[in-house]
Amino acid sequence: MTLSVENVRTSRKVLAEMEYTPAGIDKGYSGKSLYVNLSEGKIEPKTVTREMKDIFTGGKGFGLWYLWQAVTPKTKWNDPENEIVISAGPIGGITQYPGSGKSLVVTLSPTTNSIMDSNVGGYFGPYLKFSGWDALELQGKSAKDVVLYIDGDTGKVTLEEIELETGASHLVSEILTEAFAESEEDKKHISVVSTGSGADNTLIGLLNFSWYDPRRKAVRMKQAGRGGIGTVFRDKKLKALVVRFSGLTGKNNNPVDFGKIQKAGVKIHKEINNFDDVQCRMRQAGTANLMTTMNDYDLLPVMNFQYGSHPEGKKISTEVFISKFTQNIYDGCWYGCSMSCCKAVDDFELKTGPFKGEKVVVDGPEYENAAALGSNWGIFDPDFIIEANFYCDTYGIDTISTGTMMAFIMECYENGIIDKEITGGLELNFGNQEAAMELLHQMGQGRGFGKIAGLAIRRMKEFFVKEYGADPDFLQDIGMEAKGLEYSEYLSKESLAQQGGFGLANKGPQHDEAWLIFMDMVNNQIPTFEDKAEALHYFPMFRTWFGLQGLCKLPWNDIEPEGNKQLEEANKVPEHVQNYVDIFNGVTGKNIDKEELIRQSERVYNFQRVFNLRMGFGKREHDKVPYRSQGPVTVKEYESRAERYDGQLKELGYDPESMSTEEKVKVMRQHREEMYEKLMDAVYLRRGWTNDGVPKLETLKALGIDFPEVVEVVKNHL
Amino acid sequence: MILVNGKEVEYEEGMTVKRLLEKMNYTFPMIIVRVDGKLVNKEDWDTFKIPRGAKVQALHQIAGG
Ligand code: SF4
Repeated sequence: MTLSVENVRTSRKVLAEMEYTPAGIDKGYSGKSLYVNLSEGKIEPKTVTREMKDIFTGGKGFGLWYLWQAVTPKTKWNDPENEIVISAGPIGGITQYPGSGKSLVVTLSPTTNSIMDSNVGGYFGPYLKFSGWDALELQGKSAKDVVLYIDGDTGKVTLEEIELETGASHLVSEILTEAFAESEEDKKHISVVSTGSGADNTLIGLLNFSWYDPRRKAVRMKQAGRGGIGTVFRDKKLKALVVRFSGLTGKNNNPVDFGKIQKAGVKIHKEINNFDDVQCRMRQAGTANLMTTMNDYDLLPVMNFQYGSHPEGKKISTEVFISKFTQNIYDGCWYGCSMSCCKAVDDFELKTGPFKGEKVVVDGPEYENAAALGSNWGIFDPDFIIEANFYCDTYGIDTISTGTMMAFIMECYENGIIDKEITGGLELNFGNQEAAMELLHQMGQGRGFGKIAGLAIRRMKEFFVKEYGADPDFLQDIGMEAKGLEYSEYLSKESLAQQGGFGLANKGPQHDEAWLIFMDMVNNQIPTFEDKAEALHYFPMFRTWFGLQGLCKLPWNDIEPEGNKQLEEANKVPEHVQNYVDIFNGVTGKNIDKEELIRQSERVYNFQRVFNLRMGFGKREHDKVPYRSQGPVTVKEYESRAERYDGQLKELGYDPESMSTEEKVKVMRQHREEMYEKLMDAVYLRRGWTNDGVPKLETLKALGIDFPEVVEVVKNHL
Repeated sequence: MILVNGKEVEYEEGMTVKRLLEKMNYTFPMIIVRVDGKLVNKEDWDTFKIPRGAKVQALHQIAGG
């Protein structure tokens, strides 16, 4: 066993290095990015141009631009040209406004073969910027496992070989934090990006971004989870990234108008302090505050998204998780986040796997994890969920994809598509905790049926059809993936707008672009196609903006200012939108308004759509969704909500009493699929795209992104 | 009958806002209620009686999971 601090310190062998004078930050930008070629051991600075800032703003925008230049239409995720780009954005790192420490990660994904982006907490992004780098570009592949160390204090970047033989990401983070810190006090100046053995063994590897929690004396981690970024990381033979920066002051961004930022911050801190306990209770429950609500509103995925609630849902309710989380402790994933929602379970004793019997700190579960690793598997045991959450993180596999694909496997098992012989003895029925946990360990360790599961749903569908003669149509209906990415954990059947929110999302069905279920299904505020299309324009654009800036979405609408309810557009939380305009202007000295805010996003959003096109995707056919996301696939599903569905059929002019359930399923399906097609028409029109989903030249021109290489791509599809 | 978010719901004699929300299983903590266009504050939910034929909006204030 070589995993000790001493060993790490003594085994460090520098393969390449670069000394630099950290660029001072001016108005939110350092003006430099750090390029590392792992094949050649090359480390060099690049200049961030004014054009980049004007067009792509930062964060995900910079990631997309660098990746665009790095790859060709033929590049695959595991080609050396593929890059992982990490960037914080111009607002990233301020400490006066909650939710301002996010890193944006961009790469070509192993599961979608197209662009993936992820927004993640932890201290890495801000420390990277304050160390002098607006972005970090990682290209090439190393021959051996390497660690990249950025010392923002001394101005040195080193690519190192370090003896660090573990597949457990929490240990990698802990040990590197300790080894690179000079003292206990210094640990909070370190942030580590790492993954675990699951990223070597599956296509759904994630990246953990750490920070040191001095109150717990423990390393905490947030995840860049979606789309296999961790798998790309390990393919490049990266073991970890470490950044060290000790000069945090609250003014490191050198903002133009500090007072403006402070004013917005004071206002929202007061709102959180005054209202969080009666609104979302983020400080007590984190995003797990949604558990009870989703079960009550028939939106919690149960047994592979067949159903939206379950009587046993109360066993994994919000209150249950509140009782598991350590309370009255600061749980922010960046300085100054008074929303403090990164809840943790302390001293959790593991019952299975390589760390059985050990007591650990578990980061989470968040709502997505609890739904993915619990109800969606027909499991309603909070301790099981906490354990599965811990192992997903430390193996470095995405909780959401793991959840959705295991649910798919379970439904295949229950339908006899796969059996015990194929699974190596695992009885993967819904609700079988032991089998589910064993499969998770197999995935993390690259054993048995875990190797098949780790391919994720799209490839598994092909495999089951080819190897076991499964019905491809049925698998298409129940396999909850689109564009190659597994769905995140909300039932969208009764909300057409949310079907679009998932299906039309650039990277695949993740809810970070739009979550319109209440506006649509419950409030009935967007009844027409035009209304839905407007919402599917505004919200994805608005939410894209967080990813350009290094911001977290949660303080936007998981806390509401007092007068918000009186306002016409209460769902947009106008006062908070103004706060964002103010803090952007306060940092950068620019003078944007809320319309320009949307345009900043539109540029990047449309560019990403064109980038998808360039990689062979990004058209109408790629926005198709599995029918399970739109309506009841099976007779059993229909009958579980027969009153609702019969009522809907009556409204459509059918007489359900005279029809068999099979007939009802069929006509309902025809209707819902037609609605989705019409929705696509309306959204494309609103976004300035052709009916095939291709951004029109005039749209690109109006946004100022009609540069020749972009036009060249689009022209081929018009 | 009353209309709740544009959909017909059976009216009950003496129905308060609180009762209506219970009946609808609207448990979400951030709901704005308007009855015939007028805002009903949360502290009045258990006393405010909804008139027969009223148009009720029970707007769930979140656009994002
Ligand atoms: S709201 Fe939660 S996830 Fe967002 S920055 Fe704050 S602590 Fe982190």
